[in-house]
Amino acid sequence: MRLAHVLIAAAVLLLLPSGLQIFNAHPTLYTGETSARERAWLQIGSRERGDSLTGYLRLGGREIETTGLLGWSGPAGEREKRAFPAWATLPGYQSLATGRNWHLAAAWLLGLGLGVYLAVGLASGRLAAVLVPTRRMLRPRAVLADLVGHLTLRFPPAEQGYNLLQRLAYLSVVAVALPLMIVSGLAMSPAVHAAAPWTGDLFGGRQSARSAHFLGALALALFFFVHMAMLVLHQPLRRLRLMTFGPGKDRS
Amino acid sequence: MTASRRSWLRGLSAAAAAAFVSACDRIAGDPGVRAGLRSAERLNLGLHRALFDRRTLAREYPEVAISANFPANGSTNPSDLDYRALAEGGFAAYRLVVDGLVDRPLSLDIAALRALPARSQVTRHDCVEGWSAIARWSGARLAPLLAQAGLKPEARYLVFHCFDTLDPEAGEQGRYYESIDLVDALHPQTLLAYEMNGAPLGIAHGAPIRLRVERQLGYKHAKYVRRIEVVADFSHISGGRGGFWEDRGYEWYAGI
Repeated sequence: MRLAHVLIAAAVLLLLPSGLQIFNAHPTLYTGETSARERAWLQIGSRERGDSLTGYLRLGGREIETTGLLGWSGPAGEREKRAFPAWATLPGYQSLATGRNWHLAAAWLLGLGLGVYLAVGLASGRLAAVLVPTRRMLRPRAVLADLVGHLTLRFPPAEQGYNLLQRLAYLSVVAVALPLMIVSGLAMSPAVHAAAPWTGDLFGGRQSARSAHFLGALALALFFFVHMAMLVLHQPLRRLRLMTFGPGKDRS
Repeated sequence: MTASRRSWLRGLSAAAAAAFVSACDRIAGDPGVRAGLRSAERLNLGLHRALFDRRTLAREYPEVAISANFPANGSTNPSDLDYRALAEGGFAAYRLVVDGLVDRPLSLDIAALRALPARSQVTRHDCVEGWSAIARWSGARLAPLLAQAGLKPEARYLVFHCFDTLDPEAGEQGRYYESIDLVDALHPQTLLAYEMNGAPLGIAHGAPIRLRVERQLGYKHAKYVRRIEVVADFSHISGGRGGFWEDRGYEWYAGI
């Protein structure tokens, strides 16, 4: 399962930036089956204002200026007309073909990693033991204590196993978010959609599936940053060793 | 920290970041690395062919689902002289040539194509860029046409040669072309479409004939088709990867 975790992490680190590269090819999200303009709910773009360009993010009816970050992006002097800037995409330059090559290959890595993780985790009972919250953790007093502990950045030691918020976060990533990313990704494939139209229907159409895929990626990116922040905040070296080599013999 | 040292540090970190990004890009775009990545394409093709019924139909939609705006990508008004001449004559002089590994090469005008067994279907078109639009497509089914020409035993792929030059700087390799295998060629929804939404196909959408190969992304649906060449292998044609966009790094199998 530790190896599977490394595979999943590597896959997600490749899938996020290559996915943004693919998004840049058509930086608008819609609801429903087709990309009808009136059902667009998110758009990133650029427009001329006076004699300069400005980048914008349109969400529903609201518009936010995002020059430098989105739409007309990159550092001053090297700005480009592209939704997500070079530093956020794989490859950095604009190439839908290369982004797709990486995304479709890394998707297999994710499928493999998540498949092994869930299969081994379920068969060995580790998933239930480590990630499903215990009855004791769900008592109101324990929930409150866990929340207060997190808010004041006082965490229980790693050896006591994952606490309630950790379990809920990890469980929703491996059991909900990642499987939904795979299904919404498959829903966009015309060949998969022909054979299994339910993949699209589950989200309410192909463009809704594309929206869900983007929102899911956003949630995973957020999880990744919090996950990394927690690691840095709390005994980083010890946690890294536990993650890679397991508890084993404690030499500290 | 002094202002000059701060700006020096900022410059250094920007240079380090730029070096890192360009190193990543060199790896990400390396032709060998990308060829390795594209082995995922063979896995996808293999898995789709193994799991899905080869005759599975793409979903067909009710008339009300037809999109008001159907974008046109790639060439939308070819400037190639042979094409301009045909368009000015209302495609009366157009002939679709079917040759290569066939027993009886064909040369068909629009009336002959319209006399072939036809099909009409409301399907969703998915562009590789990410957008989708629905339209009604009517045209000659490819399977009966191929039966009429008679495939030789070595036949494996159909190469669709088109009129339009999409990349003028690439010379002869700038002409659009595409290829499909026999599984898709013989699929019941694979058409040589001559009508879109009940009207003759417009120039922006590939007049007079475009391929419809449902279950694959938009770039497979070659527009302005002038010749169908039946081959055993397409590595000697143009860039050798089986299509205009394939030669520019896109997957040959466009089912995903």
